[in-house]
Amino acid sequence: MDLVTLTPAQKKSRRGRNIALGVVLFGLVVLFYVVTLIKFSNGMVQ
Amino acid sequence: MTVIDNHEAIGQEGVRLSEASARDFFELLKPRVMSLVVFTGLAGMVMAPGHINPFLGFIAILCIAVGAGASGALNMWYDADIDAVMTRTATRPIPAGKILPQEALAFGLVLSAFSVCILGLVINWLSAGLLAFTIFFYAVIYTMWLKRSTPQNIVIGGAAGAFPPMIGWACVTNGVSIESIILFLITFLWTPAHFWALALFKMRDYGAVGVPMLPNVSGEATTKTQIVIYACLTAIIGVVPTIAGFASMAYGAFGTALGLGFIWYSIGVYRMPEGDERMLPAKKLFAFSILYLFAIFSALMIDHLVTTLWLTAGKVA
Repeated sequence: MDLVTLTPAQKKSRRGRNIALGVVLFGLVVLFYVVTLIKFSNGMVQ
Repeated sequence: MTVIDNHEAIGQEGVRLSEASARDFFELLKPRVMSLVVFTGLAGMVMAPGHINPFLGFIAILCIAVGAGASGALNMWYDADIDAVMTRTATRPIPAGKILPQEALAFGLVLSAFSVCILGLVINWLSAGLLAFTIFFYAVIYTMWLKRSTPQNIVIGGAAGAFPPMIGWACVTNGVSIESIILFLITFLWTPAHFWALALFKMRDYGAVGVPMLPNVSGEATTKTQIVIYACLTAIIGVVPTIAGFASMAYGAFGTALGLGFIWYSIGVYRMPEGDERMLPAKKLFAFSILYLFAIFSALMIDHLVTTLWLTAGKVA
């Protein structure tokens, strides 16, 4: 097993990508939660 | 530290670890094109008869935007070779060496699948099908086939950019109607004059990479004539919403004025001397064409909202 040490630039860009991915995943969780609430409430109205 | 296994990224020069930022990936989505798509998609949604929950409407627009961005990423993946040569596109993330082509391909495919599936699950499968077709049309029909094989590439390929208002309409109505086809035709007929104006002053770029744009294949004179013809067609379709009865006379007057402006600028290009180095009239037409599309769809939305408010106030009174 080989190991490499990341350069500061690589670390910085990886951190940025991870934060962006985290934000997107959190956004998807909120999106599906709210959509479920809306769909449920529509079903109850009908 | 990072563990590395046997991977194709490990070449003779060592490990290739990405330094691409989230912004570089965002650039793959062609944000400027995306803004146009969002705007026309929103116009289709606003003008459609019926009601959509505002949050679901927001998700629909988000899916349309991401789908359009995904097709942009697929386009950049396939066109990386010619993008590297053209001055306008040489700084894009792949030719600039920030993102690997296979990363862009994976990014485009994943976003395509996500945007279509979420639109289908949350809104309806007709709009999702139209979005999937739009992505396929732009990435495969236009980018892989038409772009490098015919000078009519952007005439047919322009359909991909014209679908968003139809998708927005389908999100609300779960159908396709004559009104949504008219909204589609506005962008479809607008595209050739817009793109050929750009192609005129970027002629050398397209010539260098062998993309058969009309100015390189048929010459400046033919292109200028075609620009005037398409500007006239755009001006006509711009007032059809009033004739078809889903926009007011006020919109009709505004659309006519904008259309006449579009024809005026296209005649400026037509009268431009052969071999003009600065191509100022072509640059002016290109700038005006962007303004035209934003103005015409803004006017359609405002007209629809004002008319709806007027009718509602009338009923209450």
